[in-house]
Amino acid sequence: MRPIKGYDKPFLSALLREMLLIRRFEEKAGQMYGLKKIGGFCHLYNGQEAVCSGAAAGMQRGLDRLLTGYRDHGHAISLGLDPKTLMAELYGKATGCSKGKGGSMHMFDYAKGMWGGNGIVGGQIPLATGSAFAQKSQKDGGATIVFFGDGAIHQGAFHEAMNLAATWKLPVVFVCENNQYGMGSAVDRVSSVTDLYVKGQAYNIPSKMVDGMDVIAVYEEVKAAMDTARTKFEPSFLEIKTYRYKGHSMSDPAKYRTKEETEAFLAQDPILLLKGRMEEAKLLTEDQYKDLDRELKDLVMGCVEFAEASPEPGYEEIYTDIYV
Amino acid sequence: MAIITMREALRQALDEEMTRETGVVILGEEVAQYDGAYKVTKGLLEKYGPDRVIDTPITELGFTGLAVGAAFAGMRPVVEWMTFQFGLLAIDQLIHNAVKYRSMSGGQFKCPMVVRGPNGPAEFLGGQHSQSFASYFVHVPGFKVVAPSTPYDAKGLLKSAIRDDNPVIFLESEMNYGHKGEVPEGEYLIEIGKADLKREGNDVTLVSFSKPVAMCLQAAEELAKEGIQAEVVDLRSLVPLDEELVYASVRKTNRAVVVDEAWPKASVGSWIQAKIMQDCFDDLDAPVEFVASEDVPMPYNHTLELEVQPTVAKIVAAAKRALYRS
Repeated sequence: MRPIKGYDKPFLSALLREMLLIRRFEEKAGQMYGLKKIGGFCHLYNGQEAVCSGAAAGMQRGLDRLLTGYRDHGHAISLGLDPKTLMAELYGKATGCSKGKGGSMHMFDYAKGMWGGNGIVGGQIPLATGSAFAQKSQKDGGATIVFFGDGAIHQGAFHEAMNLAATWKLPVVFVCENNQYGMGSAVDRVSSVTDLYVKGQAYNIPSKMVDGMDVIAVYEEVKAAMDTARTKFEPSFLEIKTYRYKGHSMSDPAKYRTKEETEAFLAQDPILLLKGRMEEAKLLTEDQYKDLDRELKDLVMGCVEFAEASPEPGYEEIYTDIYV
Repeated sequence: MAIITMREALRQALDEEMTRETGVVILGEEVAQYDGAYKVTKGLLEKYGPDRVIDTPITELGFTGLAVGAAFAGMRPVVEWMTFQFGLLAIDQLIHNAVKYRSMSGGQFKCPMVVRGPNGPAEFLGGQHSQSFASYFVHVPGFKVVAPSTPYDAKGLLKSAIRDDNPVIFLESEMNYGHKGEVPEGEYLIEIGKADLKREGNDVTLVSFSKPVAMCLQAAEELAKEGIQAEVVDLRSLVPLDEELVYASVRKTNRAVVVDEAWPKASVGSWIQAKIMQDCFDDLDAPVEFVASEDVPMPYNHTLELEVQPTVAKIVAAAKRALYRS
């Protein structure tokens, strides 16, 4: 666990708030899914909040870009998308961040550098490398970070993009969010190695394993990697070990793992870990935390109200946004 | 007017557009130091440098996906696939990313890129290097698909493709790179989505694109010897499709033959055949004929591979069937 000494209260409070907002948002999304307000595939981020929150804190807003896979609600919140527009997107409403045309797996905000969720496992990795290629070519000073799961790491897209990024020295940070299950398959059932960061070494890319339950560790490692990308045009690879509390998607009861395993990870919950450390450092009281939680529960309820009250897209939208 | 080859016409288009806009970059296997597998990019590395004319590793998925990301960021990449056969490895990046990010994001992204290279049967190449994949791209909403048959069309269309803000699939033909034709000295553009009448006639319409257009013109010569005046429509663009010109011709001749060098099932040719039957039904005096490649993997043997593809004789025979003449 990295020390929080040296970080001021506003910085830590913002991280705590964001992680808790993601948790409450996902819980509400799951609830609304259960009520059949949301359909299709819906992959929740519960348990992994420290990854996107820590990483986004290490990015330079307005310069850097982010891409991820289909478990993308948390990344969108971390990049500053209004959670109202995310809930509306889940509802398929016209006010959604993708006008109701994307859905759970495709949350976009081009201007904020949110280059979305991608529904094809690993499909976003070459795109991110291309974004970084353009950033270097256009000399815009930014870098790109791309997230993918442990399931994606065996795709050719990962290996081809890593090779290109290293050969051409592109400002991109590859992040494997290793939540230890590709859908229902444990890493050791599908991978010849279980420490996935070693795969970066084959491409001569500096690679590290990071504790994904510690938001400070994620922040520090991502910030360092993004700074290196931006200033030296050197890619990095981070394997961030994390755990998803829920099933792969809403339809998955996750019977392939033991209760003991899940409980062990719940005991190192990223939100409670930061909360505990802030309390120890006298930066937070239990009452303040409860107030924050109440505020965020109200906030996500407001997201639901916004989504419910929002209009459906009109039929005329069927033929828009295809050709320029 | 200068007479130049197809490869030189394509090279001129790339050269002019690279001069015009710095965001135009070329990516592909052997495009730089080797001057291109078919020498289409000859001399461009020397002129524009290694940051804009870029040799890639043999990773179609990786560099095509990279180009899509660069296009999202506002560049105008031109990807050369050494052949569209290799492009199958990259097709996910085009279908799911190049095309869909615009619609899935509610219009926030655009993808101004071109993917070009040889498509369709060539010679002596066997089963994995000699097939047309036009329908794979025509099938997916969001691409523009272009398939020129002459140096003049190729240059004007490639320049338009590079300036287009949509992903454009630019289908060339290995057998056509050495074909010569007239190309004017100054700059010109050809609008994507406009077909071209390559020969006028009143008796039967031959509709095709890319390499078989030349066969249609030869077939028209043969038919003329028998007093049959065939009109040849070169589609040039498959998406958007110039229905207006195709239908105007069919309404004049009342008979049509569609020629496509791809396999027949679910092909561009079968689609156009169906469209003409549906939309020009009252104007037709015979069912629309269709000449495609045989529904088999391409054999290596030269006699067999030629027989598998459309031929002048097959087109002539189809035209006569449409005219109820034997």
